Amino acid sequence: MPTKPEKDAITGTEIRSHEWDGIQEMDNPLPRWWLYVFYASILISIIYMVLYPAIPGITGYTKGILGYTERHALEADLVAHRESQAGFFDRIAAATPAEIREDADLLNFALAGGKSAFADNCAPCHAAGGAGRAGFPNLADDDWLWGGSLDAIQTTLLHGIRWDQDDDTRVSEMPRFLADEILTTEQIADVTQYVLAFVNRADDPAAAARGAPIYAEQCGVCHGAKGEGNQELGSPRLSNDIWQYGGTADLVAAQIGNPQHGVMPSWSGRLDESTIKMLTVYVHSLGGGQ
Amino acid sequence: MAVVSSMPGAAEHASEDREVIVYNEDVVRLFVIATAFWGVAAIAVGVIIALQLAFPVLNLGFEWTSFGRLRPVHTSAAIFAFGGNALFATSFYVVQRTCRATLFGGPDVARFIFWGYQAFIVMAALGYVFGITQSKEYAEPEWFVDLWLTIVWVVYLVVFVGTIMRRREPHIYVANWFYLAFIVTIAMLHVVNNLAVPVSFFGAKSYIAYAGVQDALTQWWYGHNAVGFFLTAGFLGMMYYLIPKQAERPVYSYRLSIVHFWSLIFLYIWAGPHHLHYTALPDWAQTLGMTFSIMLWMPSWGGMINGIMTLSGAWYKLRTDPVLRMLVTSVAFYGMATFEGPLMSVKQVNALSHYTDWTIGHVHSGALGWVAFISFGALYFLVPRLWKRERLYSLRLVSYHFWVSTIGIVLYITSMWVSGILQGLMWRSYDSLGFLQYSFVETVEAMHPFYVVRAGGGILFLIGSIIMIYNLVRTARGDLREEKAFVTPQAAAAPAE
Repeated sequence: MPTKPEKDAITGTEIRSHEWDGIQEMDNPLPRWWLYVFYASILISIIYMVLYPAIPGITGYTKGILGYTERHALEADLVAHRESQAGFFDRIAAATPAEIREDADLLNFALAGGKSAFADNCAPCHAAGGAGRAGFPNLADDDWLWGGSLDAIQTTLLHGIRWDQDDDTRVSEMPRFLADEILTTEQIADVTQYVLAFVNRADDPAAAARGAPIYAEQCGVCHGAKGEGNQELGSPRLSNDIWQYGGTADLVAAQIGNPQHGVMPSWSGRLDESTIKMLTVYVHSLGGGQ
Repeated sequence: MAVVSSMPGAAEHASEDREVIVYNEDVVRLFVIATAFWGVAAIAVGVIIALQLAFPVLNLGFEWTSFGRLRPVHTSAAIFAFGGNALFATSFYVVQRTCRATLFGGPDVARFIFWGYQAFIVMAALGYVFGITQSKEYAEPEWFVDLWLTIVWVVYLVVFVGTIMRRREPHIYVANWFYLAFIVTIAMLHVVNNLAVPVSFFGAKSYIAYAGVQDALTQWWYGHNAVGFFLTAGFLGMMYYLIPKQAERPVYSYRLSIVHFWSLIFLYIWAGPHHLHYTALPDWAQTLGMTFSIMLWMPSWGGMINGIMTLSGAWYKLRTDPVLRMLVTSVAFYGMATFEGPLMSVKQVNALSHYTDWTIGHVHSGALGWVAFISFGALYFLVPRLWKRERLYSLRLVSYHFWVSTIGIVLYITSMWVSGILQGLMWRSYDSLGFLQYSFVETVEAMHPFYVVRAGGGILFLIGSIIMIYNLVRTARGDLREEKAFVTPQAAAAPAE
């Protein structure tokens, strides 16, 4: 081992006397900027600890001279937020959806609130803007299963559709014509042709003719003699070529034979009354409100 | 005079005083092969799950191939399988040479560590795919896998410490301080965080010993220090050996290495609570997590300075040595990530960044830029030496690997920055009437283009690693590619002699 300090040939810095597997170490001092920034970060941390809750003890902790707590900060934020909207919320709470529609300011507020609530609560099924998707009705057209008036929309929102936990939920169920052996496969094919004839899509007029009496006996009561539907019963209109579960002959026949029934939750209790009113007004405004 | 065993394939090293020391290189070779294998596997699974986020149909509809099952396969494969094997390989290589002592415990114990650790990886990965998990991030394996790892890890600790105790050098080299800090701390973190009560002797299910916010705090004390000690301290050990060796320059500052080592390991262990800002964690603990993270900035950068400044007097080598370029770039990414970390720990910044893709980008600037790059550098350093080859098969291929992967990292990090900040801003924007401007679904939709770019970055990184595998296999087989050497502009301009 060398006894005199060795110098690095390139930088002229002193090299420490030891070597590991050919690796040596220089003995440069700590970079000044590094040291000062390190001190500064310690100083900033100490100041922060003086200002904010910091040092724990046995029974508590130092509260900090700003008196900050996250809980109070959040409460203050929520109060400020509520206050900024409170005037509107109070007025919405006191108004009916129809009255909201009459007041331009209130309507503007309700549409904004309804849009926001719709996007988080309704869009997952009914799609953005209420465009709907297979099995989930479009809310932006004028085809309504249970009615498109403000009252009807509000009732649907409050109590849902086929929602077991709500006694006032909307319920209707179409019989399972094939599964329960009410009709044969051939009869269903015939009545399918008859139904498609409402929208001029029947491709077998003879079958459609055979289906007419079956329709009159089994279907017309709810869906109307000409397929006009019945919103009191939630029976879809069949004469507008809008099909929740598909409009091909196969899919229509499948829906007659073993129908699918959509479910919508009841929103009372999940959303507050005012939000449901805002949603009512918003959905009503999407294009098909009656 | 020492030595001793005559293991097959062991290397002989004649030191100044003519001692002949036989190093155990067999186990290092095994760990090198495992590092390369798991590295590609981890990156490939990462690409798959990145594509799943961009195109959800790739979840394929099976529970075993869903994002939720594959994501821990990716993280554990990257951290524990790829990173872990790289740490085993280099720590065993470095501790023997810098202590001039063969591995304590002999070749059988070393082989037990290798196969025991691979068994841990396979058990963990199979568990994730089949849904056996204790649902703690980066500590997903259930109790029986944890117990097995504890045994393997304690044997590792004994072998490492035993080798240091047998050293023929008066001092312990700085790389070994870092490796030892990593091994000891990981043992402590692993045991404390995984304390659990199994439901039955023959069942996989267990319940963790902590509840609620105590469990969360313990988990992030573990999680953050898995980053701090597994992915930082351990890899700094690697850096302290590889950079001076590859640059053939002395370490920049012994004093800096002491100060940043002790400040790093003292400060890191307290910083975990910054993962739980604005949660049920008490305010004072959040302050602790934030301030200790800020103070950690310079101690982290001490390693970067010592790594990069070691090149002073040898900068020109970056032009001609792509392996050194890879090592130095890894240290630069380390510096970037360890600045970003303290920044994100500041509560006001965290309020925006937390739960967003910014965090994912931050992690990957560390994981791809720092951990993977220095591990690739280690593989390029070790393979020719372990297989006794004159040099690597091709330095040109190393350079391609470097550039393809660097572009991949840049695409990954920048897309996640943009996506994360966009996401954070969308979550917090209100309209003029005080309603949330965007629904959650809309924020997810907005991420799509960035997820595609991120997957593209990952694919480039995967291509780079496959280039490396090819190069390493050819090197091990003893092939040498004929290619033009890299030259500096000065040398190119000078007339040939």
